[in-house]
Formats: sequence, structure tokens, C-alpha cells
Amino acid sequence: MMHTEFTVVEGDFSNAGKASSEIKKMLKQLDINPQKIKKMVVAVYEAEVNAIAHAYGGTIDVDIDQSKICVVIKDVGPGIPDIEKAMQKGFSTASAKVREMGFGAGMGLPNIKNNVDELDIKTEIGVGTEVRMVVNF
Amino acid sequence: MNENFFYHALQVDPKICFGCTLCMRNCPTEAIRIRNGKATIYENKCVDCGECYKVCPSGAIYVAQDDFQSIYNFKYRVVLMPSVFLGQFPEDIKASQVYSVIMDLGFTHVMEVEASALIHSKLSNKYIRENEDKKPLISTFCPAIVRLIQVKFPALVDNLIPIKAPVDFTAIYIRDKLLEEGIEPEDIGIFYITPCAAKIAATKSPVGEDKSTVDGVLNMDTMYNMVLKEIKVRGKNYQKKISANDVSSDCIIFSLTNGEKRLNNNKKSFAIDEIHNVIEFLEKVEDDEIEDLDFLELRACDESCAGGILTCGNRFLINDRMFQRAKKLAERERNGETLRKKEISKKEDLLIDNANVSKIMPRSMLKLDPDINVAFQKLSKIRELAVKLPQTDCNVCGAPSCKALAEDIVCENAKMTDCVFMQRNLEMRDSLSSNESVEIMKKIWGEEKLKDYILNK
Repeated sequence: MMHTEFTVVEGDFSNAGKASSEIKKMLKQLDINPQKIKKMVVAVYEAEVNAIAHAYGGTIDVDIDQSKICVVIKDVGPGIPDIEKAMQKGFSTASAKVREMGFGAGMGLPNIKNNVDELDIKTEIGVGTEVRMVVNF
Repeated sequence: MNENFFYHALQVDPKICFGCTLCMRNCPTEAIRIRNGKATIYENKCVDCGECYKVCPSGAIYVAQDDFQSIYNFKYRVVLMPSVFLGQFPEDIKASQVYSVIMDLGFTHVMEVEASALIHSKLSNKYIRENEDKKPLISTFCPAIVRLIQVKFPALVDNLIPIKAPVDFTAIYIRDKLLEEGIEPEDIGIFYITPCAAKIAATKSPVGEDKSTVDGVLNMDTMYNMVLKEIKVRGKNYQKKISANDVSSDCIIFSLTNGEKRLNNNKKSFAIDEIHNVIEFLEKVEDDEIEDLDFLELRACDESCAGGILTCGNRFLINDRMFQRAKKLAERERNGETLRKKEISKKEDLLIDNANVSKIMPRSMLKLDPDINVAFQKLSKIRELAVKLPQTDCNVCGAPSCKALAEDIVCENAKMTDCVFMQRNLEMRDSLSSNESVEIMKKIWGEEKLKDYILNK
């Protein structure tokens, strides 16, 4: 098992994608199927943007073994009041400011779901959200 | 063609190289190491972009070319001259003058490469239209970019447009024309004047093709010198023998930045030049970060072929001269003094039939091993080693970065003790003698450098 960690800073959209590009490089070195790499990268990027836009920052934990990659994004934030609603395409609670920057189209969670093999969301109002996702090789 | 064989035109002259590390530090694919005091190229990582050639302060990196005399192995000698060749010459030297002088150097026929540019672009537009599912489609015009994608972005090889380059089209056309005139196939020799190393590599071991369409490659700087000298010797009163009438105004600037993009009517397309810019953009493309992208024109050199490592003169001036020439020609076309449609369009069907290259295969330089278990162990080891190394990227180990050294160690191309910090560490613990350290340094930096800077001082 190989473990890596990243931190997510609230509102720092300009650095979104750092974690996903590190993950991409590792998966390329393992010669993982490019389609699977793309799926994980897209999912991690979306989750990273979610944490940046909605929460007060957080952490990304990446674990890779021979059969899968598991990424857990944990944020300190408002939590998701209605996960079912949040999973619907186009539903967004993003602020006008975030939308102005081109984010907040309501595709985050649906997009993650489409790209990963396992998705598990734990959330507590006023505490934060933990998104765990797995792509099998 | 052996799929493991990749010809590289960029070579290091060990007699001149003094191991300054500049090339190693500037190589965009980390393909260079210092061994025995000299730059050495990892052939599977090199994409022939020529960045090393550009930065080398001593001229130790050179571009191997065919001997000019080899043109005389053929009874009929065709020279294919890219438009950028003409752009090197000052304004008072006319295109027809260059055409004529180059014939006098020993060729029986001359043709401008971009003659086939419109047919090429018609075909690539057709391919883009018919392959919606593969978008964004990426031009294969620049061979350094094709190789870059093969080694560093293997997920994008299916996005490459599998069509030959204009030089191949033009070569196929002229060969067919000469055959029709009754000339024997073995009597025809086609030579291409190249602005860069990548085009030579592509000619000697073409990607997705069995056999090259040209018989030899001549370097643009060499040819520039030969032509300019002839022009100077003859002075102003030169009789023109042939008119420069191969290309229409649209074709002249095809090899410049935006040259392909402007002939392409897709909604969302980009023209990006310079290899680091291209790498930055491809990272985004690979992650699907840019939506609805149709077409990408990507070139390894700044200012595209005008900035080729073998062109002579300033790339911006070359660019401007080519635009001026295209503008003048466009005016003549508008006035009906010359036709936009050229001879080559008569053989459009022949070119279309021979346009395709076979599937372009990825050859990832990043993968540590085909077996995931082995690759996994190697990656764990690299990450373990990387934190032990000092993160100074000092290059003294002969690798471009601490990270690259960690990879080299795991791939058994280097040792942990190549790091000077590691050497001091082991010396302090009496696990390594200073003589042993010197021996290690000798392997990396060569006997001479050690003598000059350590042993004799």
C-alpha cells in the first residue's frame, strides 16, 4: 500500500488540480489503463473543487495498491443537507462568486459518481463531509 | 520496422562535450544524463525536439545528416524545399533565384514541400469531421509532438490524426510524375531539406509507416550556406532558370504557427507552439479539463518551423518574410496573374489513396514495468528514496533532478551513492572512503574533470 496526502485550501481555485496531477503521474508509472487514470483524475479534481468551493479546506488521502486506488477527501465545512438532491445533475448551492469563476454548475457529485467504481459520502451538518472513492484497476 | 528501433538525429560529440549539464537541465523529457563527463541521451525518452541543441554552449550536440554527395547515387535528383527555407533569405533575394541556384547545386528537379498543403488540410479536415468520437483531434505535422505524445501522453495517441505529412504527399506526387515520364524507379532520388532534427528522425524511422517516402535528408543550415554562397558568387545579374510556382498563397505559411488552424474550420481549436507550452496544455487535455475541443495544432518549436533548430536567422524575421511573400502572392492571385490551383491537384486521388499511416502506438517512457506488481514495488521504492535525497537538484549525480536519480536507481541505471550528500553521510559513518567517493565521481564526471578539479589541485 502506498500512501500520499495533500491539503486543500479554502477558495484556492488556482491550485485545484495539484493532487490530481500527482496522482496521474503515479498511475502512469504503474502503467494503469489510461481510461481508468482519466476517470480517477476527473473524480479527484471535482471533489477537490467541491472542497475548495463549499468548505473551509481539508485533506486528500490517497492510497494505491496493486488492485485499486482509493481517495478520501475530508473537509471541514457546512456538510451536505440533502445528498440525494446534491447527486442530481444541475443542482448546486454554489455562491454567485464561485459560479462567476466558472464552477458550481451542479455537475460535481454526479460527475464523480459516473467516474468511480465505489463512492461513499459521509456528511454531518456544520461539521464537514468525507468523500471516499475507489477506482479498481 | 522493429518497433523498438527509434532513430535519433541528435547526437553528442564526446570530443567537444565538457559536461556542463545545460542540455540535461533543459530537456523537457529528462532524457539526458551525464556519464563519464559527457551528455548521454536515453533513446527511449528522447523525442528529438532539439532543446538540447539550442542550449548547448559548445556545439557538442549535432544533427547527423546524409552526405550531400549521396545525391549522385541517383540519375534524377529531386530536392524538396520547405517554404521556411526561402524565408531565411533577405528580401532582395527572390524565390525564383533560390529555386534556380539550388538546381545548379546538382539537382534535376526542385519542388516546394507545401505544394501539397491544401490537399493535406482537406484530408485532415475530413478526418476530423468523420471522427467526432475521437475529439480533440491532434495534428501529426510536427514529428517531435507525435513522439512526445507517444512517450509522455500515451492516452492521447488515438487522438492523433493518422495522415502523412505534406513532405510525404509532395514526395509521392513527384515520384509518380517522374515514373510516368518513363524514369526507372531506382534512378529517382528524393531529398528533403529539413529545418529540424525531428523531421530527420521521422524520415529515418517513420511512425506508423513501413518505409520513408524520401531517400535522404539534408540539413537546412548546410543548404542555406551552399545556396547563399552561390548567390554571392554570382552577384546580382543572375539568370533565372525556373519560376517559383509550386505553392499558392495559402500554403506558404502552413508550417508557421496557426498555419494549419486557419485552414481548419472547427469551432474550438488551438494552435500552440514551443514544447513546454504544449506539455502544459496536453496535461489539461489528458484530464478532459477543456470541453468541446475540436482540433489542436501543436508544434515543438517556438514560432513553429521558423524556429526550427536548423533554420538560419531570427525566427521572427523568417516568419515575417514568409507572411510578406504570401501576401504578395495572394495579390497576384487576385489579379489573375497566377492560378491558385497547381499541377499537384491533378494527382489528388493518388495522394488521397496513399495518405494514411497505420495505427500510432503508445510507448510510454513513464511506465516502470509491464507487470503491475513489479511496477508497484518500483514506485514504492522510488518514493522511499526520493525523501532520502536532498531535493537540491544539484545535478552532481549526473541526473537532472533528485527525483530522476531516484527513478534511475530503481531502474538500476544509477546508485544511491552517486548523490554527494549520500557520500558525505556514508563517509561520516566510515562506510565509504574518500577514495571510493572519488571513484564514484570519476564514473559520472570522467577522469579528465576529476584530474583538473580534484586530483591535481
